[in-house]
Amino acid sequence: MRYVFGVVSALATALAVTFLTLPLVAIFLRVPPGQGYGRQIALDALLVTTKTAVIANVVTLIVGTPAAYLLATRRFPGRTALLTVLELPLVLPPAVAGIGLLVTFGRTGLLGGQLSALGISVPFTQLAVVLAVIFVAGPFYLRGAITAFESVEMSYLDAARTLGAQPWRTFRRVALPLAAAGLATSWSISFARGVGEFGATIIIAGSLQGRTQTLPLAIYSEFDNDINISLAIGGLLVIFSFALLLAVKVVLVWPRLNLRST
Amino acid sequence: MASPELEIDLTLPRRSFRLRLQLHIGAETLAAVGPSGAGKSSLLRAIAGLEQPEAGRITLGDQVWFDASRRVSLPPDRRSVGLVFQDYALFPHLSVRDNVAFGGKKRVAELLERLSIGHLAASFPRDLSGGERQRVALARALARAPRVLLLDEPMAALDAHTRATVRAELRSLLTELGLPTLLVSHDFDDASALAGRVVVIEAGKIAQIGTPGELIARPASAFVASLTGANLVEGDGALTGSDLCDVQLADGTVLRSVDRLVGRVGVVVQPSDIAVATVPQAGSTTNQLRGQIGSIVRLGSRARVQIGPLTAEITAESVDRLGLAEGQWAIASFKAVATRLVPLETALPADEKPSADE
Repeated sequence: MRYVFGVVSALATALAVTFLTLPLVAIFLRVPPGQGYGRQIALDALLVTTKTAVIANVVTLIVGTPAAYLLATRRFPGRTALLTVLELPLVLPPAVAGIGLLVTFGRTGLLGGQLSALGISVPFTQLAVVLAVIFVAGPFYLRGAITAFESVEMSYLDAARTLGAQPWRTFRRVALPLAAAGLATSWSISFARGVGEFGATIIIAGSLQGRTQTLPLAIYSEFDNDINISLAIGGLLVIFSFALLLAVKVVLVWPRLNLRST
Repeated sequence: MASPELEIDLTLPRRSFRLRLQLHIGAETLAAVGPSGAGKSSLLRAIAGLEQPEAGRITLGDQVWFDASRRVSLPPDRRSVGLVFQDYALFPHLSVRDNVAFGGKKRVAELLERLSIGHLAASFPRDLSGGERQRVALARALARAPRVLLLDEPMAALDAHTRATVRAELRSLLTELGLPTLLVSHDFDDASALAGRVVVIEAGKIAQIGTPGELIARPASAFVASLTGANLVEGDGALTGSDLCDVQLADGTVLRSVDRLVGRVGVVVQPSDIAVATVPQAGSTTNQLRGQIGSIVRLGSRARVQIGPLTAEITAESVDRLGLAEGQWAIASFKAVATRLVPLETALPADEKPSADE
């Protein structure tokens, strides 16, 4: 009897590992690396993805970091409710996010009138791709950053203040370095999630090659056409995601682990 | 150099009560002592600007730090305070040198030298002992050249072994600095070792303020008495025509005091004022209480002997000479002039005594 549980959990682990890695391995088995990347559609998609991801992540970091710091360090009525609302995009189906963005930024949407008065049209542009990525992936960073700042002991921030540091210096010299590992981890998750964004993007931005067609959209559109291109892009995204996770662990998380154990 | 004086008059809301107090701190060390939850840390945080009092005023010389009626409240970085946190709150990602430099870069070398932590400059807080951390925290707080020093339970994070040394070093450092210093502690011994004056906070207000000696000699309340380590025996005080006050204990024993207070009272007597004998003594000692020895605890050359409700502090030599042992019957005796009476609940001053404190 005592061996049964050990055997069952070993089998379960083997099943989980196999199931989660087999499709990734299968992609590389079907397409020899280097083939299919050179096609124009893949290059266009790579360019669109890189450009929109960079813009979306810069915005997410610049807006999300101070917002997370404030939400982590202040207590105010309705805080829990607010945090819950901000977590909603994490669990919402991306298609719902796309529809929501459409009725906000679309031509007849909530802000459509004001935007067109400024000469801005959102749907089917790279701006739409950026908005979709920020809306769907940004909350992964925001939520993680709040947790990272909350784990910085309040007395460090108080100490900095009594040592003459103004709020900005306290943030930059104490809160930011102590939260860095947590911020980097949640940012990498948010970044990867943004690169893989599909559902919201296809609804509000469409899939126009060279303009709004990102790598995941290109996989979908080439799927009926030339599956080798889809597989090549798929392989590229697997390598990219793996490298990102590994880089964050090696560069930011590992060296700081022993910092925490004071 | 005459440092400006710190004037505090504030009301701090606590969970179930309000802490109201007025303090005036010159170039001296004042220790605030009280039970946990009395609001001692909040008091320091309010002075440093990390917490907002409900009402009141905090000034340093002619500089107003906080004034509720004028809606003035300087942020912490504009109040010239050095606050040493209970757990020291040293930045874990900065070296000792960078921790100190965070408060101000000019005096780093001088402070590292002065607190004898120069050899630790490149170390990180996680590698330091408790005593070393405290010195780094002090150096860091002083790097800003503060005009007021606040210490939150400076001894609490230290082990018993290093306490005595650190106490002596800290005391001489504080004297040398000559800054208005407020430290809070739950321990009367620590407070009296470090501070010239002690303020006892009880139930949200000042119970008594004075030198440690004054508090020991004339405790204003049962709480102050027990804080100083004195014996406190409850009884009913009554005047019996003589100049002395008779206090009847629950078991019928009567103790006599030169203090005059009727009603429910506590008889306060310091352990070192109690003599121990094995046979009744003839002499001037008024109070003799016979009881079984509960415990004998030796502390170096001293011993604390518990007889009935009282603890006597005598020399270890006397314990041996009298052959005292636990369970044996003994007589604790002390003079009526060595006792103080403190009110418990319904006690009333028996007459208008001119010798009241302050």
